[in-house]
Amino acid sequence: MKEKLHAFRVKNQDKKWFPVFSGFHTFLFTPKETTHNGTHIKGADDLKRTMNTVVMSLVPCLIFGMFNTGYQHYLALGEIEAVSNGFFSAGFWTMDNFLLGLWKVLPLVIVSYGVGLAIEFLFCVIKKHEIEEGYLVTGMLVPLIVPVDLPLWMLAVAVAFGVVIGKEVFGGTGMNILNPALTIRAFLFFAYPTWMSGDKVWVHGAVDTAGTADAISGETVLGSLAQGAEHSYSLLDMFYGFIPGSVGETSALLILLGGLFLVFTKIASWRIMVSAVLGSLAMGLIFNGIVSAGWLPEYSKFYTLMSFPYWQHLLVGGLAFGIVFMATDPVTGSQTNKGKWYYGFFIGFLSVMIRVFNPGYPEGVFLAILLMNVFAPTIDHYVVRGNIKKRLKRLKTATIYPRTSDEVDSLKTETA
Amino acid sequence: MSKDIRIRKGLNINLVGAAEQTISKAVTSNVYALNLDDFHGITPKMLVKQGEDIKAGEPLFYNKNNEEMHFVSPVSGELVEIVRGARRRILTLKVLADKEQNYVINKVPDLDTASGEAIKSYLLQCGGWPFIKQRPYDVIADPSVTPKAIFVSAYGTAPLAADPDFILKDKEQEIQAAIMGLGKLTPGKIHVTIGKSNRSPFNDIEGIELHKISGPHPAGLVGTQINKIDPVNKGETVWTISPQDLVMLGELLLTGKFNAERTVALAGSVIKEPKYYKTKIGAEISTFLYASGVKQDRFRLINGDVLTGVKTNTEGYLGFYNNTVTAIPEGDDYEFFGWNKPVFNKISTTRALTFSWLQPKKKYDLNTNTNGEHRAFVVTGLYEEVFPLDIYPMQLLKACMIKDLDEMEQLGLCEVAPEDFALTEFICISKQPHQQIIREGLDLLQKELG
Repeated sequence: MKEKLHAFRVKNQDKKWFPVFSGFHTFLFTPKETTHNGTHIKGADDLKRTMNTVVMSLVPCLIFGMFNTGYQHYLALGEIEAVSNGFFSAGFWTMDNFLLGLWKVLPLVIVSYGVGLAIEFLFCVIKKHEIEEGYLVTGMLVPLIVPVDLPLWMLAVAVAFGVVIGKEVFGGTGMNILNPALTIRAFLFFAYPTWMSGDKVWVHGAVDTAGTADAISGETVLGSLAQGAEHSYSLLDMFYGFIPGSVGETSALLILLGGLFLVFTKIASWRIMVSAVLGSLAMGLIFNGIVSAGWLPEYSKFYTLMSFPYWQHLLVGGLAFGIVFMATDPVTGSQTNKGKWYYGFFIGFLSVMIRVFNPGYPEGVFLAILLMNVFAPTIDHYVVRGNIKKRLKRLKTATIYPRTSDEVDSLKTETA
Repeated sequence: MSKDIRIRKGLNINLVGAAEQTISKAVTSNVYALNLDDFHGITPKMLVKQGEDIKAGEPLFYNKNNEEMHFVSPVSGELVEIVRGARRRILTLKVLADKEQNYVINKVPDLDTASGEAIKSYLLQCGGWPFIKQRPYDVIADPSVTPKAIFVSAYGTAPLAADPDFILKDKEQEIQAAIMGLGKLTPGKIHVTIGKSNRSPFNDIEGIELHKISGPHPAGLVGTQINKIDPVNKGETVWTISPQDLVMLGELLLTGKFNAERTVALAGSVIKEPKYYKTKIGAEISTFLYASGVKQDRFRLINGDVLTGVKTNTEGYLGFYNNTVTAIPEGDDYEFFGWNKPVFNKISTTRALTFSWLQPKKKYDLNTNTNGEHRAFVVTGLYEEVFPLDIYPMQLLKACMIKDLDEMEQLGLCEVAPEDFALTEFICISKQPHQQIIREGLDLLQKELG
């Protein structure tokens, strides 16, 4: 097969659809390309491997999301009891839960990849460049950050918008300013807000049954808090992820494991993750402080969210998922190590702030990250300026000799 | 006096086939060749016509921009061929060597009393000058500029590179003479950097500032050492010279003879018996390649080390500045699912199912496969781990790519040479040609700033 594919490749090199074939070919076989000038040997990593590592770290969240979809649905219908035996509770990991989740989530994955990759292929053929791997990760992220009942056509429209406007108009992978997955989510949020927020979208079946006698509701933890209500989930439920929410964002435990894997493999920046956690804790502490200082009356509509213990913000909503998988996108994030500290910190800080003050929808991670995406080049600019300033400072003590070499000897004798 | 420098960022690339520390004499080559690409930015003006006889050390051509700067023949014989390329640009000069070598014996200046100017014109006339390179721009030094310092790296950390301590053994006298001569060309210091070993001949040399450096590659690159000792500022110039070329300058200053002899490490996993050979600049590589034997027919022959060397073939000639010749397997084969299966036999700085971090001492047999396709810059933060200079590597590369002269200069392009970006190029996930980008950036900057 190796030889046949190579012969086919050589024969069809000038065809219009060649980039598409080449994309699939290089997927199957690493090319036989060798070095020409510069270093004659190259390291083992390429972009495919990098992207694949991120996708691998997302798979646990995806599978958990499938189980959780079924679990939340049956739980809301009252068909099963809430589990309480820890992460591996048998009542959660059932075939029924999984099959329902698979039935609902798999189409999201297929539409996300199908539409996104089709557009990528189209642009590669038009622009005659190789297919780039950026969408492998985006395509996986998108189904994990949307509500499970989102109509597929909306997803398709949003993906088309996100890939074209968010990425391809800037020149494709590596050139975009905004995180494509979050651009897709932002598009959905602003175009179809009723499908992206409220208490009806987070559990499968809630929308269809709304207004009927069988109506079920699935409010997220943050949604309950924003309305001043108490939520009924234990800390461990929140940590394990047995709560309603977007498909893949609920399990803080699996996100943590994915994050550790990404840090260990050096694919994602630990600086961004750590500083973003610090930033969110800082903002949470400020809010808690305001509440405990008594500056905020209890009837304020922000009271419940502001008094929510600062560290628990990391367990609910999309904060952890955003920090680990979205903020660390190297293309749209800060590119300098120092800049990454500021960039991450503000993401955490702003996420919690928007989450508390957002009147319509108690979540702010995607907005905070998109905002910081815009500011990342500015942060880098000042970090790099710092390096330039250091160089200019050094310049003051520069030793520059006149071009005529005669004077050197006189200098020499003077110093001797 | 010695100062210790410790480099933390970097990467040692351990390869199979290091040269054993024994020296054999290579068979005398029939033809010797100078490859004009070795002298970057020099436009040659011929002094000898094709078919004329020439002595060893007699000028073959001079630099069009500086008529005093002569480039001499490594051997005596007949200039048999001037190979020209597009627009009659001279590519290679080939000299058919005499059986009996005749040398030009130049009148030596007295090292104790001669002025800097006398030494300079002596080196320019007798072919010693091209060994001196300068930063900024990484080209042959401009004689009209006085450097603030001269840097010599006598520590080899590049993969499979010749060990300076070994090839410089018993050359103290020549080195001392060269240092005395060069010392008159700068009011500043001559910084020499050696490894931790006490074997280095520089331990007993006078007139230098000795530094000891430790850490992974690129600790042995002179660019790293300049950046740590006395970085180049805008408008400043430093000179660099390799220790082996110091020996040649020393001999030129002591005896008046241009002796092109040098010890070359022949290394690489393809070589049956990797070891050192005594040969001359411009010699046919085949004169010693086959003495050690090769294990396979298809391989990449490199004039220099695997990171910075120039591709050549079995009919090639030893480069002007090289003391290493490397042969590694070609990697022109498809690899099934090469992008996602675990990798045990290649080097990587990440741990994305690549396992070289488990065995940092293991020796690898790498080939020339690119291990992936060329892409735009995506991943950040990895270059910084192997780049010890106080420079932002990716930002500088991007400034060079968009030809932003101000930015290039401000980000420190004047301080670097292409070789400083060899490691970042090696680990680059997007497989960008870093050294070429920097070379083009330097050329542009030199053209614009003069």
